[in-house]
Amino acid sequence: MANDMIISARDLSKVFRRGSEEVRAVDGISFEAGAGEMVAITGPSGSGKTTLLNMIGCLDNPTSGTLSVGGRPVFGGHRELSERELTRIRRELFGYVFQKFYLIPTLTVEENIMLPGAFYQAPGAKAARDVMKLLGIEQRYRHLPGEISGGEMQRVAIARALINGPKVILADEPTGSLDSRRADEISAILHGLTKQGITVVLVTHNLDLARSADRRLEIRDGKIHAE
Amino acid sequence: MNVYSIAYKNLLRKKVRTTLTAGGIMLSAWVLATLLGFNRGYQQGLNRDIDNMGFQVLLTAKGCPYEAATLMLKGGTGLRYMPEDVVKTVYANAEVDKITPMLMQGVFDPDKGENGAVAAYLGVDAETFPGMKTYLEFKQGGWFSRNDSYEVVMGFEAAELEQREAGDKLLIPGMDEELTVVGVLKRSGTQDDGTIFLPINTVQKLFKKKGQLTGLGIRVKKDIDMAAFENKLYELPDVQVVSMAQVKTTIMNLVNSARVIVLGIAGIAIIIAMAGVVNTILMSVMERYAEIGIIKSMGAMPLDIFRMIWMETAILCGLGGAAGIGLAFVTARLAEAAVRYFLPYAPNGALIALDARISGFAFALIVVGGLLSGIYPAWRAARVRPLDAIRSEGE
Repeated sequence: MANDMIISARDLSKVFRRGSEEVRAVDGISFEAGAGEMVAITGPSGSGKTTLLNMIGCLDNPTSGTLSVGGRPVFGGHRELSERELTRIRRELFGYVFQKFYLIPTLTVEENIMLPGAFYQAPGAKAARDVMKLLGIEQRYRHLPGEISGGEMQRVAIARALINGPKVILADEPTGSLDSRRADEISAILHGLTKQGITVVLVTHNLDLARSADRRLEIRDGKIHAE
Repeated sequence: MNVYSIAYKNLLRKKVRTTLTAGGIMLSAWVLATLLGFNRGYQQGLNRDIDNMGFQVLLTAKGCPYEAATLMLKGGTGLRYMPEDVVKTVYANAEVDKITPMLMQGVFDPDKGENGAVAAYLGVDAETFPGMKTYLEFKQGGWFSRNDSYEVVMGFEAAELEQREAGDKLLIPGMDEELTVVGVLKRSGTQDDGTIFLPINTVQKLFKKKGQLTGLGIRVKKDIDMAAFENKLYELPDVQVVSMAQVKTTIMNLVNSARVIVLGIAGIAIIIAMAGVVNTILMSVMERYAEIGIIKSMGAMPLDIFRMIWMETAILCGLGGAAGIGLAFVTARLAEAAVRYFLPYAPNGALIALDARISGFAFALIVVGGLLSGIYPAWRAARVRPLDAIRSEGE
């Protein structure tokens, strides 16, 4: 594990209102993750793990607390960040992997990986080929998502997350749609990314994947139950 | 890889839906371009027909002015007659430059067409008529030798129909007299193409209409007071004055009234097509709700998403509009035949005059309409929050 902290969260809280009731989805969580570290967030459904992942990934503003990513303060200032500001931070620091892949069915594997480049300056075809090679899907670059397996689709989704050279990969149930063999392959890929200095924060119910992480945060009722 | 190619490929996801929506746009573009082309073609044709008459005022026997107008334009049979001496009276006016008497007669020809039809014979004055119709050129031969000779000059189509050439003989149905074809005109694109011209005295003799006329064409001198001249002609007994300008205005008023209704229908067709566009694109946005959120999570700004969805609308309308205008060009002759079938009077020449200006205008109208329709779906897509999309993942 490297020493320089990529993610530094202090007392992160997220409060939702349901009518007159106040629900503390995340309740004062603090944690740090270094470069090249893999952190697994586990816990029962509704414990607040995805809400925490969303705040770390700048998809949602916390109600209170501070967060810095890559040494850059993200939350904890005087105001909530605008959608535009959050987008810029997401673009520069994060890559996202989801259980359902969300590949565009009419675009080839290569085009899906290069998708961010359609909206802003992003590495081009050569970088896409390098990432595909890294993930072992270079033979599939002309295929459509419907023509490849679930494991390959998740690799494509990871490749798409990597194309901008993010500091952090956030993965929400990355093996949730895969059988155990494919899940092991994806686990190995994520571990491989940490060796390149990329921090991986993932939410998972897969105990094998969680156990293989450098650290495991078990969340219950919005708080860290065990670390 | 750019927003345009993504937008294009997004449209290919639901090919049937995209095709149907583009088809709706195509039909509205077709209707619009055809109607605009018809409006222009009809006006041009009418102007051409009237200008090609060679005179600005027609004097006919008193009767319905619209009947007289139809007589002039369509070559109908004149049922009313005026005395020949009106020629001298009219010619005495200082405003008159040239004058030509005409006597039109129609005879039912059982051999014409499938069930027979009326063949029109126009008696004209060989000395004055050619001077009025300077655009007429001969394919063979020339005008009659005398105003009482048994000679005919055939319009291009009339000669084709009767299969006659200069030197051939021609019989008027029901009459024993034999006429010689002395000239065949080149195609002029006017009603003269279907007319058989005879010397006026010969027509008077053959049809027993001595001293009678059905029409008197008058060309006036430049810069005269037309209204005052027409008023002067109105004082003549038993004649009807038909000014070409009036005919043109009357017909165009009728056509304009119909045009407003038809363009209204075209407008409704466009609105329906655009409602289809809103529905299709909005449905597509809703189906891709999560995907759009994921794209935004990857760093796409709301404006990027707006542009992508708007581009889909533009492509849909652009392709549909272009196809519709192409279809209008392809079916122009067919539409023209249909219009001619239903309209009581249609001018000669191309009735649907499509050109780059009309095509461009129709295309621009369709695309602008489409882009306006695409604003709401694009705005809805741009507002998708990545977080909502991710939450919807678990639903």
